[in-house]
Amino acid sequence: MPVKTEVKQLVAAKTGNEAMAEAMRQIDPDVVAAYPITPATEIAQIFSSFVADGQVNTEMVTVESEHSALSACVGSAAAGARAMTATAAQGLMLMAEIMPIAAALRLPIVMPEVNRAISGPINIHCDHSDTMFCRDAGWIQIFSENTQEAYDNVLQAVRIAEHAKVRLPALVTTDGFIISHAMETIKILPDDEAKAFIGAYKANYSVLDAAHPITVGSIDLQNYYFEHRLPMINALKEAKAVIKQVGREFGEKYGRPYDLLEKYRMDDAETAIVCLGSTAGTAKDVVDALRDEGQKAGLLKIRVFRPFPVEDIAAVLAGLKAVAVLDRSDSLNGYGGPVFTEVCSALFNSIQKPKIVNYIYGLGGRDIDLHMLKSVYDRLASIKDGQDLGTIVDYLGARK
Amino acid sequence: MATLKELATTQAEKFVGGHTSCAGCGYPNIFRLTLAAIKDPVVVVGATGCCEVNTSIFPYTSWKAPFLHNAFENSAATCSGVEAAYYSMVKSGKLAANNTRFIAFGGDGGTYDIGLQSLSGALERGHDMLYICYDNGAYMNTGIQRSGATPRYANTTTAPVGKVVPGKMQKKKDLAKIMVGHNVPYVAQTIAGNWKDLTNKVEKATAIRGPKFIVVLAACPLGWQTKTQDTVRLTQLAVESCFWPLYEVENGKYKLNDNPEAKGKKIPVADWLKMQGRFKHLFKPGGEKLLAEIQAEVDKDWNDLKALCEFHSKQE
Repeated sequence: MPVKTEVKQLVAAKTGNEAMAEAMRQIDPDVVAAYPITPATEIAQIFSSFVADGQVNTEMVTVESEHSALSACVGSAAAGARAMTATAAQGLMLMAEIMPIAAALRLPIVMPEVNRAISGPINIHCDHSDTMFCRDAGWIQIFSENTQEAYDNVLQAVRIAEHAKVRLPALVTTDGFIISHAMETIKILPDDEAKAFIGAYKANYSVLDAAHPITVGSIDLQNYYFEHRLPMINALKEAKAVIKQVGREFGEKYGRPYDLLEKYRMDDAETAIVCLGSTAGTAKDVVDALRDEGQKAGLLKIRVFRPFPVEDIAAVLAGLKAVAVLDRSDSLNGYGGPVFTEVCSALFNSIQKPKIVNYIYGLGGRDIDLHMLKSVYDRLASIKDGQDLGTIVDYLGARK
Repeated sequence: MATLKELATTQAEKFVGGHTSCAGCGYPNIFRLTLAAIKDPVVVVGATGCCEVNTSIFPYTSWKAPFLHNAFENSAATCSGVEAAYYSMVKSGKLAANNTRFIAFGGDGGTYDIGLQSLSGALERGHDMLYICYDNGAYMNTGIQRSGATPRYANTTTAPVGKVVPGKMQKKKDLAKIMVGHNVPYVAQTIAGNWKDLTNKVEKATAIRGPKFIVVLAACPLGWQTKTQDTVRLTQLAVESCFWPLYEVENGKYKLNDNPEAKGKKIPVADWLKMQGRFKHLFKPGGEKLLAEIQAEVDKDWNDLKALCEFHSKQE
């Protein structure tokens, strides 16, 4: 529901990396600590040129590893600063140890992250195995369908992460090369508008407050650890309403509303694909074609994977006849993908629920095209018409 | 340089008792003296290890200065982030400049081994911070496992003395020398048992802008198998034996701060080793050869260091 907006936005051709770097320029963080890794390198590289040209006030810390990138961000954020980094794949895995610490210290670090397959074998192209590997780290995870969303999501992530009820770090992902390196026309907010939208940041605490010295990162034994995890657990639950509110406000102001989920032609749908990221764009075309043929097909895009929108997903999918969950990674749990298992669990207690199948697809950057997605909808149509479920977890686009 | 009275009376203590370190532990002395020697506001970033665990068990803390613990291998990187935040926010007018001093610390495990990369990166980037390594020569917190700082032939739980292996077979890393290789303005080696040398070096380091590094030998009665009342003396004897010389390197120039040999006080390294249970196997029959090997190594390193210091003193 695009609304009329008074704000004159700049129309520009940007790659996903350029768009995220542009959002970072407008955010003008106090500190950016980053380390190069394909396909996210450009984000820090472009941002460095903003620093070199004096377009931002940021202190750029060009660390010797991603582990140190996030460690430095934790230091900066604990000092009351707005801190950002960017990475992908192995870099994210190297940060993995520090990610839950950033969350537990309630430091709203925002990190653009470009989805890339994790090694091995080594591969630089898109899948979601990196982000999914870190899915339980206490970070908010927002997936972007295209370059516009990548830009919009980075700005919103700052508001969400820094919200008094949230105070958690946030990842904003794009799909490696598919979005990070593909140029699209996007709308960019005027600098003053972007700055006004994210607002000034006031940290909850700072180790630079010499008059009020505090100890941060204490050892917490059996008698306190549990109680100190609960506020973080609750903040992730609270974050759902905040994400919705920030997405609604963004829509009202700039004509592009956001939610935890995007429902595409779902109102009377009988079958649907559930997916994340750039694949949603391709699936929308397939849905349009099927709708033209009179099929009641829809698409559910999960924009926010963490916190997991369990209530919203159940509400949208419960009444459907057949659903295929598309996972761009495998859980390596001897069963299926992470999105699939969580979608199933969201529906488990619903009285009414659809038949659900899972497709693992696109590993290591393997293309996903209209024909493949059409074949999934065709199968859902036959399941809807009473055909046996057959193989529950299948591999789409893999040579057999 | 401050007198002991000045150190004790100029300001309220920023590192206080009540922590849970063992009797005779060497590190509390280091941090009490270090914070007493710094007059400016200070932020301390600590690596996981004995010191962090003992001084910050929630809801208690021994730190009356801001203290931040992140993880084991990243106190240098974390501190570099605090420092960057300070300078950034001062530059943009969000924070009033107050000459805050930044201190990162780690034990020998967190510095010689797992944190070496993080430390190297922070030094190379030129952050205005002082890194202090308290070196007790093994992973004492987890139960005396060998580290890159464990001296040759010491008995540890992962390089134990057995029927055919006489403890750790490798030589201790020369960490100060590695730090000098980073071309930082100040590197120093000192001990927990010499308050004057330690506080002089801390004062000197905090007066310099840029990355500074001090490695401090500290006894661990548990790991060294020594008497708690010998803690101070043990590190002094490490100096007198020339196993652990007191020296500093300012802008690449080496300078000895104490020369026991010139004072006729140099003792055989065996005199120091025999006080420590971790070396007791060297004093059983058959240990002579190993002791001679250690002495030869100490003498060579000492002569090399003297030569370097002499070379640099002649340049002035």
